[in-house]
Amino acid sequence: MTLDYVLRRTSLLVVVIFLAVSLNFVIPRLSPINPIRQRMQQLAEQGGVNAGKMDKLIAAYEKKFGLDQPMWKQYIRYWGDVIRLDLGSSITFFPAKVKTEIFRAMPWTIGLLLTTSAIGFTLGTFFGAALSWPGMRRFATIAIPALMTLSAIPFYLLGFALLYLLAVVWPIFPFGGGIDIGQTIGLDWATVTSIFRHALLPAIAIILGAMGFTALGMRGMMITTMGEDYINMAEYKGLPDRVIFFRYALRNAMLPQVTGFTIGLTQIMAGAVLVELLFSFPGVGFLLFRGVQGNDYFMIQGVVLFIILSVAIGLFIMDMLYPLIDPRIKYRRS
Amino acid sequence: MDVALRIAGTLPGKIGRNRLLAAGIAVVLSIALFGFVGRVFIDPERADVGGGGPSKPPAWMSGGQPGYFLGTDVQGRDVLADVILGTPGTMRVGIIAGALGILIATILGFTSAYYGGLWDNMVILATDVLMTVPALLILIIIISMVSGLSLEAMALFIALLAWPGPTRAIRSQVLIMRERAYIQVAKLNGMSDVKIIFKEMIPNLFPFLAAGFVGASAGAVLASIGLHALGLGPHQQPSLGLTIYWAIQFNALIRDMWWWWTAPIILIVGLFLGLFMISAGLDQIANPRLRTRV
Repeated sequence: MTLDYVLRRTSLLVVVIFLAVSLNFVIPRLSPINPIRQRMQQLAEQGGVNAGKMDKLIAAYEKKFGLDQPMWKQYIRYWGDVIRLDLGSSITFFPAKVKTEIFRAMPWTIGLLLTTSAIGFTLGTFFGAALSWPGMRRFATIAIPALMTLSAIPFYLLGFALLYLLAVVWPIFPFGGGIDIGQTIGLDWATVTSIFRHALLPAIAIILGAMGFTALGMRGMMITTMGEDYINMAEYKGLPDRVIFFRYALRNAMLPQVTGFTIGLTQIMAGAVLVELLFSFPGVGFLLFRGVQGNDYFMIQGVVLFIILSVAIGLFIMDMLYPLIDPRIKYRRS
Repeated sequence: MDVALRIAGTLPGKIGRNRLLAAGIAVVLSIALFGFVGRVFIDPERADVGGGGPSKPPAWMSGGQPGYFLGTDVQGRDVLADVILGTPGTMRVGIIAGALGILIATILGFTSAYYGGLWDNMVILATDVLMTVPALLILIIIISMVSGLSLEAMALFIALLAWPGPTRAIRSQVLIMRERAYIQVAKLNGMSDVKIIFKEMIPNLFPFLAAGFVGASAGAVLASIGLHALGLGPHQQPSLGLTIYWAIQFNALIRDMWWWWTAPIILIVGLFLGLFMISAGLDQIANPRLRTRV
């Protein structure tokens, strides 16, 4: 791995983090919306103003933003907060901390996303490879248009059909949520099955979405690889088809798929927010939706910043691991 | 622009021969016609809250109200009138954001590939940064902090984040093209850079740019529906995303009001499939080697 590659990739990460944090600082200050005033009006309209709680809220807000101080001091202070992961308090659920809410929701999202994107990626890769196998030509004429359709449709819309068919018309699966109501979370069989039953439908939606484009990409890559000289060479040597397919073509065609996966992951992340909302799955995306619904600006900004930073760091780690899979990148110099 | 006209002139023939492209255009046009012609036949007031009785199934089912072919939603909007008025709104977001996005991408892609140097590095860095961040999330922060937004303004914000992918694609195409013999000949003949870009490169890249526009439009429609589903974006102008938002908010699924959510979803899925077919068809024209593969 050349130092140059590591340096370039690290500086990109630094720029992304810097810009994401700065954007989160600047946009609320440019906006005419004052979250606290809006919340106070809302409460006043409902007639339920708890004066003591309100004062505390305003005090916390003033302290958090330090609005009497010059802009650069506010900015430095903001960075300090971000580094300490202090994303402020929720407006709707004051005094709950945004950080605590995110940490409560995070295991759900990570569990759902990591498993589904890994399954979708693996299935898509092998399905795409299988489609390029010469004996599969007839099957491919049906499967390819189906995969194209699948990749053209946003996968959270598939969720509607899944929910309606498998939770309303034919109720084999629960309609939403992450676990049965009243079920206490513990390390027992009931918890595991309950979580699994709730996660299955959103998981299928994400897997189908991830599978479409990975399978198409893999098939394209396999066809290009099958035309390479070293494949011809292997054929002339008289190697069996199976060996050529698995050891020569598949392994080489998979490498660009890994890069494709990292790019696809940012799209899956955005779509997963909407899948969580549709299935009321208690992850970070659903938290974001609740934030939008309650005009809970600190929650929205905290969750968005958190997701952007996690995706950026995740992609960075994957890019750092990539040279371990593809030895050719070690010799690359720019 | 005679070259551009000549290339544009061959397009009808190419569309006729390219079934994927023709089918895609037919699908997108019929959805557009559904919106633009449909509004002649409906009473726009029916798409307002209380336009008909609440939660009525389609007219042809038992319990349906005559004249309300796709029934009504929980608040009494006529679903058919609502999606007819919403379709042009959604398509408008796609067209504005797609066109602006591809315009920015063309300018940045051409200038960075053509002039190189510091400018090229800056463009690459900007696209790298934006491609690591899910655009929908940045849009969520921006749009949640803007009040009184119109669909058109939302389209402008979406366009601001729609250019990184197409910029990189155009840049790499221009880099390849710059080394082609006919560009070198034009340069040796003393043709100016601007002339080379407009008379030689853009006409040759036309199918590629058109495919980029279609892709950017689809992405913009996707983003606008995502924002709407979360409850952001304008609630005054009808759009398919807004219909889906109300359907989710009022639990159309669990109330078994399938006519409410299937209508906008069928239109959106049709729109995406049509755009996808157009873009794949244009890719086949831009890159003839693809034709033998699929």
